[in-house]
Amino acid sequence: MFDLKALYIPDTVEEALELLKERPEARVMAGGSDNLVKLRDGHLLGLEWVSIFGLDELRQITLDDDGTIRIGPLANFATVARHEIVRTHIPSLAHAVLTIGGPQVRNIGTIGGNLCNGVPSADSASTCYAWDAQMELRSADGVRVVPIPEFYITAGKVDLRPGELVTGILIRRESYEGCFGAYHKYAMRNAMDIATVNCSTVVKLSADHSTIEEGRIAFGVAAPTPIRAPHGEAELRGKPVSMATVNAAAQAALGDTRARDSWRAGKAFREHMLAEIARRCLVKSITRAGGRLIESSSK
Amino acid sequence: MTPVSHPAATIVEPDSATIAHPLDALYAEDLESGDAPAVGQSVTRVDARDKVLGRAKYTDDLCPRNALWIKVMHSTIAHGYVTAIDTSYAEAIPGVVKVLTCFDVPDRPFPTAGHPWSTDPSHQDVSDRLLLNRHVRYWGDEIAVVVAETELAAKAGVAALTATYEELPFALNPLDSMAEGMATIQEDYPGNVLAHSRLSVGNYAEAIKEPGLIKVEGTYDTGTVQHCHIENAICFAEAQGDRITVTTSTQIPHIVRRVVGQALGIGWGKVRVVKPYIGGGFGNKQDVLSEPLCAWVCLQVGGRAVKLDTTREETFVSQRVRHAMQIKVTSWLRPDGTFAARKYESYSDQGGYASHGHTIAAKAMNCFHELYQCPNVEGDTWTVYTNKPTSGAMRGYGIPQAMWAGEGHIDDICRQFGFDPLDYRLKMIMADGHVNKFSGNENYFDSPRQTLLAGAEAFGFRQLHAECEAQDPAARIRRGAGVASFWYNTGVWPIALESSASRMVLNEDGSVSLSLGETEIGQGGDTVFSQMTADAVGVPFSDVHVVSTQDTDVAPFGTGAYASRQTYVAGFTIRQTANLLREKILAHAHELTNMPVAQLDLVGGRIVRTTDGRELMTLKELATEVLYSMKHSEHIAAESTYQIKTNAYSFGCSFAEVEVDVDLCQARVVRLLNVHDCGTLINPALAEGQVHGGQSMSIGLALQEELLFDPRNGKPLNNNLLDYKLCTTVDHPDLEAMFIENPEPTSAFGTKALGEPPTCSPAPAIRNAILQATGVPLYHAPMTPHQLFARFTETGLIGESLHV
Repeated sequence: MFDLKALYIPDTVEEALELLKERPEARVMAGGSDNLVKLRDGHLLGLEWVSIFGLDELRQITLDDDGTIRIGPLANFATVARHEIVRTHIPSLAHAVLTIGGPQVRNIGTIGGNLCNGVPSADSASTCYAWDAQMELRSADGVRVVPIPEFYITAGKVDLRPGELVTGILIRRESYEGCFGAYHKYAMRNAMDIATVNCSTVVKLSADHSTIEEGRIAFGVAAPTPIRAPHGEAELRGKPVSMATVNAAAQAALGDTRARDSWRAGKAFREHMLAEIARRCLVKSITRAGGRLIESSSK
Repeated sequence: MTPVSHPAATIVEPDSATIAHPLDALYAEDLESGDAPAVGQSVTRVDARDKVLGRAKYTDDLCPRNALWIKVMHSTIAHGYVTAIDTSYAEAIPGVVKVLTCFDVPDRPFPTAGHPWSTDPSHQDVSDRLLLNRHVRYWGDEIAVVVAETELAAKAGVAALTATYEELPFALNPLDSMAEGMATIQEDYPGNVLAHSRLSVGNYAEAIKEPGLIKVEGTYDTGTVQHCHIENAICFAEAQGDRITVTTSTQIPHIVRRVVGQALGIGWGKVRVVKPYIGGGFGNKQDVLSEPLCAWVCLQVGGRAVKLDTTREETFVSQRVRHAMQIKVTSWLRPDGTFAARKYESYSDQGGYASHGHTIAAKAMNCFHELYQCPNVEGDTWTVYTNKPTSGAMRGYGIPQAMWAGEGHIDDICRQFGFDPLDYRLKMIMADGHVNKFSGNENYFDSPRQTLLAGAEAFGFRQLHAECEAQDPAARIRRGAGVASFWYNTGVWPIALESSASRMVLNEDGSVSLSLGETEIGQGGDTVFSQMTADAVGVPFSDVHVVSTQDTDVAPFGTGAYASRQTYVAGFTIRQTANLLREKILAHAHELTNMPVAQLDLVGGRIVRTTDGRELMTLKELATEVLYSMKHSEHIAAESTYQIKTNAYSFGCSFAEVEVDVDLCQARVVRLLNVHDCGTLINPALAEGQVHGGQSMSIGLALQEELLFDPRNGKPLNNNLLDYKLCTTVDHPDLEAMFIENPEPTSAFGTKALGEPPTCSPAPAIRNAILQATGVPLYHAPMTPHQLFARFTETGLIGESLHV
């Protein structure tokens, strides 16, 4: 039993936006896998809710004419993970969302909800950072498109204004074409867990696979929001494909992090793992892109 | 695979017809079983279909829909006194019926341990808690309840209560609690030591003077872990006449009846306890939990039905946990590895209330000089109150902690001396034929060695161990092989009462209804009791109908599921009652066939003449005739109690292969084999299931699970299944089980303990595998990545900067 003041169930996006305009205080519920947990814990009691779960138009994953990948925010993790467009162009996102919870949560939890929840550990978030995703935000008054780093304000807070809904997660052609990614979730068990730290990388190599044209490194739980690591990325741009490049970039990326101590993990522990998983993600990304790295098996 | 476009599309509506068919087909094999003995067959569990189909009734399924909700207010300090609770806001909430606090309860302390009662006051369990307590002993102690018409109103009521406290210093481990100046946690135990016991064999002080001895010493500790049974504890109570009925998810219905009587100060016969199917217990429900409080609240609201359901968060903190133990082991060895003297010192973290108390630490210490014999042994063990959740029984009852220390220490010895851990165990482990003078337990079959040898062969241990020794010492991914043995016994004799009672009733169709005091708690007890009964009476397995529910008004007396004892103890009473029932049946067969009883037998539900094997009549014909006979009608039933005055060792071991990712500080169990000599297997498939469950629990103890507390205030940090890292199926490998079936001579069916033993040896085997892989001995369980990070950093396995 949950303590809800009212629950509105719109049939269309337009109706949802009208409802949200009339009731700017109302909260939006998608799959409920975060909100219902909060309600059970005694938070968000006695509020009005708008359930958008039935809005199938927000559930599709499509390719726009210009090659932009458009992920409907209500696509659940299982759908994202299996979708042909995702698997073909941005497979590291499929991997990332498959590390979330267990099968039941992946069948109910949505990628839009995961991003709007605003937590730094969200498995889809760092990968969306690495793929340069943009958030399409719609209200009864119009549409705006925000790059995901600007969407995240601080822990638990995103740039979603009263009356607004996320209507698409967009990844432009230039962000994914010729690019290869990898994700590593570091957690204390192999399922049903939240990342202690995570990393997602994307690289684009020169035609002869010898040089890194562009590399992107994103981290989760390395700061109050997911982050990109510009110093690490600078160590990749235009550099030769080699383990020395990878190690230098992973080390430099650590300089962009602000990991903290908590009872869940110490700062030194998190930093050690962030550098190590950055290194492993870069090795995988480069290998997938056709680069050849010679990694020694021992120190 | 088709993409799922809408989550709703993934929901499959259960269709009872299609679900029932495959299971019916399975069950049909059992129905065909005929004359073949049921014991030794992997027959399908008697409750499998009902549990799969959702027809099995659990406590909440039986609760009246109009029952009031009870929600408990928990203390938000670790130690101190409640000075006042303001109930006015809660009482004003619509739907709140009553608020009761620690100022309202009777001053009548009661015990909670699921032990048989002792009529000798010096052996009785410690009575150290009230229904609600003003003296708060841990963060989460129960100080008030709100009774309401709905769950939401009850929760809102608790949220509206405010308590004020007078705080006292608190301690979160035994040594801090024993320190000078620490406040008293239980008034009757100043200094906070619940109990201390000693072990002394030979002369330790003299023995260590022998020239040329080498000392090996280590302190091994285990964290606080919880049972995590799938069904949280739940009970409801309702009163009629001058009696009260409590229906509860418990392992020990007759003990709950006694304790509710003690706590309420009423005759124990005025209490009726009903135990339906339960969703696991693992020892947490071998304690009386919320039942006395629920019963008392019921009487405060005029006997209306009241329900006390607990959340997972409450289950972690306000019920029972496994004792965290710190165990220091010192061995004095000769260069050939033989022991001159050994010492054991341990501190066991009791938490705020006594529960099972010192019995667990004492059991842990008392196996120390058994598994590896040494002429000179000294031991001291303390059980100490702390301001943490109460420790009670949990699968293994102290032996997983003892084996973590003892078997880890054996490998530390091997490493220091350069011995092979398997050969050293084969040389040093308990001698063939050893008899324990106190319990009378005998190592009839050299089982510790037999299981080690058979397991090593099946696992390929020697080859794997050699390969791991030869691996590149600088490799970043390393493998190790580990072995550990364990000691266990079956039941509690001669420390406490062992008795088992059963009743068998012959139905008109020749089937037998079976009632026992022993409880089904998910382990398959009902199935093995039915198998033993089928063979003992002489009827097909499908003709035994076990009454699963224990209702203390009608169920034969039994103390319940604990100590891995039920199959062993029930076997005696089943054999005895079956013989009584057979006597009655064959006496009627004599009347009906004019053949002497000595020439009659009951086989597979048929009355057979033994001289020529001819079937004279079926049991069904006899049963119908006897019940409705106009000449000699009788309700054929038999009932008996058997008091068990024997016990039995149960031995075995584990072999583990572990891969360590040094840079990620992660250890992964690649293979895990348990070998058990638990005597004759009654049901091999159920036995294998027991082993798998115990292995999983031990992997959790070894690598993942620990309940953590904030050192600043004693508040539990991770009392939920997200932050407490219980193993999932993808956290362990395919688990392997192997059995050596030496029939136990004292048992009616050749069987002995298997419930708890599987939890005893995997953790040290995993620890020893990590030791081989990395050269780093670990001393704290669980060996989480945090532990590995700290130890690998200390030992230089991982460094400051990234390697190239």
